[in-house]
Amino acid sequence: MGIQTPNGFNLDNSGKRIVVDPVTRIEGHMRVEVNVDADNVIRNAVSTGTMWRGIEVILKNRDPRDAWAFTERICGVCTGTHALTSVRAVENALGITIPENANSIRNLMQLALQVHDHVVHFYHLHALDWVDVVSALSADPRATSTLAQSISSWPLSSPGYFKDLQTRLKKFVESGQLGPFKNGYWGSKAYRLPPEANLMAVAHYLEALDFQKEIVKIHTIFGGKNPHPNWLVGGVPCPINVDGTGAVGAINMERLNLISSIIDRIMEFNEMVYLPDVAAIGSFYKDWLYGGGISGQNVLAYGDVPEHANDYSAKNLKLPRGAIINGNLSEVLPVDHANPDEIQEFVVHSWYKYPDETKGLHPWDGITEPNYELGPNAKGTKTAIEQLDEGGKYSWIKAPRWKGHAMEVGPLARWVVGYAQNKAEFKDPVDKFLKDLDLPMSALFSTLGRTAARALESVWAGRQMRYFQDKLVANIKAGDSSTANVDKWKPESWPKEAKGFGFTEAPRGALAHWIKIKETKIDNYQCVVPTTWNGSPRDPQGNIGAFEASLMNTPMVNPEQPLEILRTIHSFDPCLACSTHVMSPDGQELAKVKVR
Amino acid sequence: MLNAPNDDHILVLGIGNILWADEGFGVRAVEDFHRRYAVPDNVTILDGGTQGLYLVNYLEDADRLLVFDAIDYGLPPGKLKLVRGDEVPRFTGAKKMSLHQTGFQEVISAADLLGRCPKHLVLIGCQPLDLEDWGGPLTASVRDQIAPAIELACKVLAEWGIEVKLRDTPLADSERLLANDIDHASYEMRPA
Repeated sequence: MGIQTPNGFNLDNSGKRIVVDPVTRIEGHMRVEVNVDADNVIRNAVSTGTMWRGIEVILKNRDPRDAWAFTERICGVCTGTHALTSVRAVENALGITIPENANSIRNLMQLALQVHDHVVHFYHLHALDWVDVVSALSADPRATSTLAQSISSWPLSSPGYFKDLQTRLKKFVESGQLGPFKNGYWGSKAYRLPPEANLMAVAHYLEALDFQKEIVKIHTIFGGKNPHPNWLVGGVPCPINVDGTGAVGAINMERLNLISSIIDRIMEFNEMVYLPDVAAIGSFYKDWLYGGGISGQNVLAYGDVPEHANDYSAKNLKLPRGAIINGNLSEVLPVDHANPDEIQEFVVHSWYKYPDETKGLHPWDGITEPNYELGPNAKGTKTAIEQLDEGGKYSWIKAPRWKGHAMEVGPLARWVVGYAQNKAEFKDPVDKFLKDLDLPMSALFSTLGRTAARALESVWAGRQMRYFQDKLVANIKAGDSSTANVDKWKPESWPKEAKGFGFTEAPRGALAHWIKIKETKIDNYQCVVPTTWNGSPRDPQGNIGAFEASLMNTPMVNPEQPLEILRTIHSFDPCLACSTHVMSPDGQELAKVKVR
Repeated sequence: MLNAPNDDHILVLGIGNILWADEGFGVRAVEDFHRRYAVPDNVTILDGGTQGLYLVNYLEDADRLLVFDAIDYGLPPGKLKLVRGDEVPRFTGAKKMSLHQTGFQEVISAADLLGRCPKHLVLIGCQPLDLEDWGGPLTASVRDQIAPAIELACKVLAEWGIEVKLRDTPLADSERLLANDIDHASYEMRPA
């Protein structure tokens, strides 16, 4: 028995139900319910964000030039990406262009955020799905050193270094404070690394923790402050004064040199630590190729990192733009944010109300009216749900679709589109990664492939930072120090009504904001964020979203320890802070797993 | 409590999400503290938002840390509670007390793991009433606790030998910690 979805999955909810709530080590709060068959293979998956959003309520009637400051607060991780998307939306609506230097600086900030997010995600939110911290305690430091030196020339690799680290870790674990290492299913057979690889990974976990601070300095320099850098409609707020005698906080040569040295360190860490680690860990999991979901069929990328300012067409964007459907890699389809028939959000299974829920709404016409009701087969109460009914409404996340298709977004989607476009900078690293692990192309469409794409992208982003830094310096040396265009700063210069959109590639996937401006104030504002795409519930046709699809047909070692679920969900780098809002003020508890 | 040596670096941090009603308590408290008080050079006042691990480096640079936050202690709404040192929840085996996406405890743990956690920790928490009013203001019971929370903070800083000065006139809008219409006064002027 079971239901066949239009996008090719056979859902069978007759087996044992497992509830994981909350999924820990993500930004935000989400819950996953799955049904497993007699062999503990996942045969039905239900993902829900137990939160809601509605930025338009807050932004209505505000000054569009301030919208970035609000959107920056939506999320603790994508801060800068939301701000950039917002200023682009306003510029698009009002026809404002930005100077070339502003484009380079925005790219540098966006790329720095990509690297920061990817590094922190891999080491601090995802690695522990592959790495057994407790096993690291029994590693031989000498053998660890040999292993580390065999995969990279990174200097921190002596037996003494690993021995000291092991001692520190032991002390930390023995004191009973597992701290960031809590919530692990240590000792599970789903972990496959030898103790030495585990110890090496823990060492790099700590190095990454230390290193990530350097990356964010770039935001402090260009954004004037951190953790909430400043942004500006029409450019960037930092003036350039190479002689260093101008305004306080201006960009001078000393600042530019500091950024340059941070970029060197970023490239070094990516290429000598991050990517080799992912390849090494991957080599122990290369027959665990679950988790692909819809990535081999439908992927969507908006594109980002414009080569030249003010041109957001696919050919000018260094991160690829386009859609692939039905696994047809020979055709990358164009995407139009303004076309009301392309991107639409559905709510038939979401806790919102539309006048006609069989139809989707384009974000310019989007509405966000809560309607919290459980389906007839749900168990428990509205305040203490024991089991969701996926036949009814079951998530605070809407279901965005592209021309009716459920799409995966994120690093893997971007790299698949770049690969399909035959761009060497995307195709060659993918081919090399797969060849080194002796894996076929199909292996890319997996949890491991998603994690690898993120590491490859971090390497790519580091190199692009070098490119834009050089470009910025060359442009300044040629005498152009302009960073902002204020021609249309004054609202009197705006039309009575305007609408626009802005898009970026956030670390975790395609992000866009749609804005309508009326009488110089915001009339409507909608964000469709990456986790809305990936974490979407079902649509009126019954298509399942990327999270749910990715869990299908995965065998679990032990359903009481849902490591496989966490590993695959984490591979998307989910962030529900912006797609969603806390529903219950209970705070977060350790993941509760219930088997029904 | 011993006076802080003069070169001790002190971090006064507010955390929370201003978009989620009472979740914004920590940020609003630190915003108002900054508006009303001048502090010596070795004190940093920071709006930490919901930044999680981004905050580790600020913690590392600090010898003493004072945090404002909305905390669920199961107390009546608007109730203030001050906790010190080991009491500042650092172990996350039980229910998390902070309401943020990334528990602040994880930030403390991370700094600890790097061997550079502030030696002195004080948390001034306020029990929230409403965390569901997306885009809503602080509720009155929580808003009323900002001034008492700041008074408590001044006492703690005085114990540490830090002298803060009430400004003759509070800072102008343009000099506040939060700008671009998200400062406390402008934010709450949105139509209900």
